[in-house]
Amino acid sequence: MLEIEICGVEFKNPVFLAAGVMGETGGALKRMAKNGAGAVCTKSLGLEKRSGHRNPTIVEVEGGFLNAMGLPNPGVKEYIRELEGIRDYLKKIDVKIIGSIYGRDPEEFSEVAEILEPYVDLLELNISCPHAGGGYGAQIGQDPDLSYKVVSSVRDRVEIPVMVKLTPNVRDIKEIAVAVVDGGADAITAINTLGPGMAIDIKTGRPILGNKFGGMSGKAIKPIALRCVYEIYSVVDVPIVGVGGITTGYDVVEFMMAGATAVQVGTGVYYRGYDIFYKICKELEEYLVENNVKIKDILGRAHEL
Amino acid sequence: MERPEICKIKEIVVETPTVKTFILDRKFLFRPGQFAMLWLPGVDEKPFGYSSDRSFTVAKVGRFTEAMHNLKEGDLIGVRGPYGTSFEPLGDRILGVAGGIGAVPVVTAVEEFSRKGFEVTTILGACTKEELLFVERFRRCGELILCTDDGTLGYHGFTTEMLERLLREDDKFDLIITCGPELMMKKVVEIGRRYNIPVQVSLERYMKCGIGLCGHCALDDEGLCVCKDGPVFWEDKLRYISEFGRYRRDGSGSKKLI
Repeated sequence: MLEIEICGVEFKNPVFLAAGVMGETGGALKRMAKNGAGAVCTKSLGLEKRSGHRNPTIVEVEGGFLNAMGLPNPGVKEYIRELEGIRDYLKKIDVKIIGSIYGRDPEEFSEVAEILEPYVDLLELNISCPHAGGGYGAQIGQDPDLSYKVVSSVRDRVEIPVMVKLTPNVRDIKEIAVAVVDGGADAITAINTLGPGMAIDIKTGRPILGNKFGGMSGKAIKPIALRCVYEIYSVVDVPIVGVGGITTGYDVVEFMMAGATAVQVGTGVYYRGYDIFYKICKELEEYLVENNVKIKDILGRAHEL
Repeated sequence: MERPEICKIKEIVVETPTVKTFILDRKFLFRPGQFAMLWLPGVDEKPFGYSSDRSFTVAKVGRFTEAMHNLKEGDLIGVRGPYGTSFEPLGDRILGVAGGIGAVPVVTAVEEFSRKGFEVTTILGACTKEELLFVERFRRCGELILCTDDGTLGYHGFTTEMLERLLREDDKFDLIITCGPELMMKKVVEIGRRYNIPVQVSLERYMKCGIGLCGHCALDDEGLCVCKDGPVFWEDKLRYISEFGRYRRDGSGSKKLI
């Protein structure tokens, strides 16, 4: 009942693990897969290894968390060994792997994409991390021309579907969505974290995050993510994967009504535990049964006037 | 709220040439073996086990701990916790095996166990006499057997050799708890299995969020997180932690052999 398809890839359910949560190791991905995710997404991977920002890399605020991990990863060449260790098992339990990648420019993105392609089912281009600096992440995703160039370069170099993860921190997300689809994006993931924001400790007068600023995730950003999905759906025809503040099956219904074919869950793991994927799927299924509808019936329903 | 609570350092106790205890101006409700993320503004935030309900005890081993050791009484640090699992008593007779700074969680556990009426024996080891930590605290809990690598005090050799000797004479222990260098703990687990005594170990890994979200301290092969599923693990869970005693990860997630 929950099966969906995105760009020719079939998923047993539409509730995926988002990039950046429990994705640093193969073991962590395997655990999320066992907890019912329809797909798991790797930590964002680059060409070279990166330690990321100094701690604190996360702090709780009203309605969610700020984080500034700073794209830590061992480099794509070392990370593919993590995937080698789990991909047979994931295949057996029918959980797809999304490879999240970052780069400084179209060439760097494409190199990482080519290395990772044999180990994943889809790629997700992270052009939206709000705290990486150095020309990475949102510095690309806030510029339609640069976004277009990155996407079209990767699209030319790999065969598997390419999803592009967008930042909400732009004047008009529709403009970026159109640019990446023109560049050849097969699907859009929306949204990455909001902001960045900051938190200051009033006893010491110091910013709490090591990077001072961090992207906001969690329940408070759900209305913004939902609006972004709704707007993107209104201007492009590719599938959309909604992400931002999702913790229940009812949240998923909302995202589907806005136009998302699937969703990703990150911070929700904190609120409801590692088995949140099972819980959300159960709630979604209950909703569909009670209302006697299928996923395709509610997809984009909020656009019908 | 998962954010640091600022505490003032009331007193600093020099325990050994490389270890200091920082006594803070507030009391914490923690269970023995749990940890907190300690924040030094402008420096970093790292996990440390509680050494009492109002203190942390830190060995100088790197950049962060060196900055800790430079702190003065009256300075402020942030404390985020308590997090993770704790040592749990079992049976009547409990044996603690502690090596080096690993004495921190073990001493809080055996203190609680002895207070609750369990019979406690501890094997405490260090590289040399001056580095033996919390000797008096351990002694107050029950029998204490000291070991030094260089033979300057007590048994001349490793805690694990002493453990073998002890169990050969008397293996009627219901539980072994251990913390110390990972290779030492691995040996303790092997010995415990041989004598059919359950073991709890306290693991350490590079941590970032401390709350089971980022997955940086996730252990192969099943993704158990040291911060949330640990740091204290029962020996049976170790069967699913293939990296135990073999490798750990650095800040990038890259594997480093132990």
